[in-house]
Amino acid sequence: MINLQPYANPVYFVLLIATLMPAMIGLYFGKRFKAYEAAWTFVFLVVTFGGEKWHQGVALIGYVLFQLLLVYGYQRYRQHRNQTSIFVTMVSLSIVPLVAVKLAPVLPISQLSFFGFLGISYLTFKTVQVLMELRDGTIKTIRSRDYLRFLLFFPTVSSGPIDRFRRFQTDEQQVPDRETYLGLVETGIHHLFKGFVYKYMLGYLFGTLLLPQVAHAAMLCRHAFFGTGLSVPLILYMYVYSMYLFFDFAGYSLFAVGISHFMGIKTPENFRSPFAAHNIKEFWNRWHMSLSFWFRDFVFMRFTFYVMKKRLIKNRIRISQVAYLVNFLVMGFWHGVTWYYITYGLFHAVAIILNDYWLRFKKAHPNFISHNAVTESISIFITFNTVCFSFLIFSGFLNTLWFK
Amino acid sequence: MDTKKNVMSILEELTGSNLGDKMDVNLFESGLLDSMATVQLVMELEEKCQVSIPISEFNRQEWETPSKIIAKVESLQ
Repeated sequence: MINLQPYANPVYFVLLIATLMPAMIGLYFGKRFKAYEAAWTFVFLVVTFGGEKWHQGVALIGYVLFQLLLVYGYQRYRQHRNQTSIFVTMVSLSIVPLVAVKLAPVLPISQLSFFGFLGISYLTFKTVQVLMELRDGTIKTIRSRDYLRFLLFFPTVSSGPIDRFRRFQTDEQQVPDRETYLGLVETGIHHLFKGFVYKYMLGYLFGTLLLPQVAHAAMLCRHAFFGTGLSVPLILYMYVYSMYLFFDFAGYSLFAVGISHFMGIKTPENFRSPFAAHNIKEFWNRWHMSLSFWFRDFVFMRFTFYVMKKRLIKNRIRISQVAYLVNFLVMGFWHGVTWYYITYGLFHAVAIILNDYWLRFKKAHPNFISHNAVTESISIFITFNTVCFSFLIFSGFLNTLWFK
Repeated sequence: MDTKKNVMSILEELTGSNLGDKMDVNLFESGLLDSMATVQLVMELEEKCQVSIPISEFNRQEWETPSKIIAKVESLQ
């Protein structure tokens, strides 16, 4: 049986858009063919998780049924009662499959990886979000089919961007008028072509053509500078990898948002010129935004709220510092249980804490440094290099360089 | 009227500046409020304006300027 991976080659786009045509024509005439969209989603899920990847398909089915049970059960429960212990249990249960998959490489129980499938993280983010909103009462009821449609929305199923249920549902329930829809198709096409340039030209240039070369050169210098391997090729590797990471993932995100637009869904953007950020704090408002906003809203803010309400820590600055550590460490562990992902998380937590010291200092001494083109360029330069260094950690190349 | 006064005094306390003549400034993009200050804002509003604001309710776009915050709090009261 055939197996196709999302957005992997030109044929995929032709198939995706050609089969989406009936739904698009429907939207043009003001109708959303829900049954057709459901069938289309099903076929593409089979093509993605079938064939040689059938075991992932089985894991996906089990996963979805389990999460559906949790959401349905919690929703029923929440209509009458609201105990914190039940809420915590439900959220914990919903992340169990993801935790198991993430722990599989470091635990002696290799069977854990059978729970895994492409996109498990993103589906977990969506479910946790729904559970939290049910707890808050901002989602009162959620029909199983609406939850499934949101969870399995095909353009974003494998790697996001992570949408929010209420936002998605509003788009899904209303059909845009013709002018708006044509506008969406236009921006969709623009996204796709920008994505082609990003992923298949620039991503290919940096990731496939340049990266192996600089990696090889850096490996030849692995004993340089007192055995640390610090060398010009290593620095080149850092920049090349950073460019590859950005263009590859931003390209993918553009595809996902573009195809969403064709379906009349305004999936949130993932990147907004991240390398133009003036500081680390701003960087996280521009880089992988749907993920960092998810962490902001469901980890950082909830953690600080809890700590403040329970008065666990008195000093507000200290609270934010602890919250940053928790936030970025969770993000690090989520990337994978390896020393370099966790160090990456820790690095960003420390960077943002230092950034906050600086922002507070500037606020207290408004005349200390003037804002002009030069200071602005310097801050962008420092931020860019800090970020690239964090991506060098993230790349895992240091692991190869030092320990392999 | 009380709501407006309350909101403005909370914002002044959190941002360190009087926003009386900047009712439509974007608090997030201008860097006046960050996530931490947002949580403080939510807690102070709950306490002083007798409203309940679950974190999920806090969609930044609906709370990004002083006028929007006042309107939002009034709608929740």
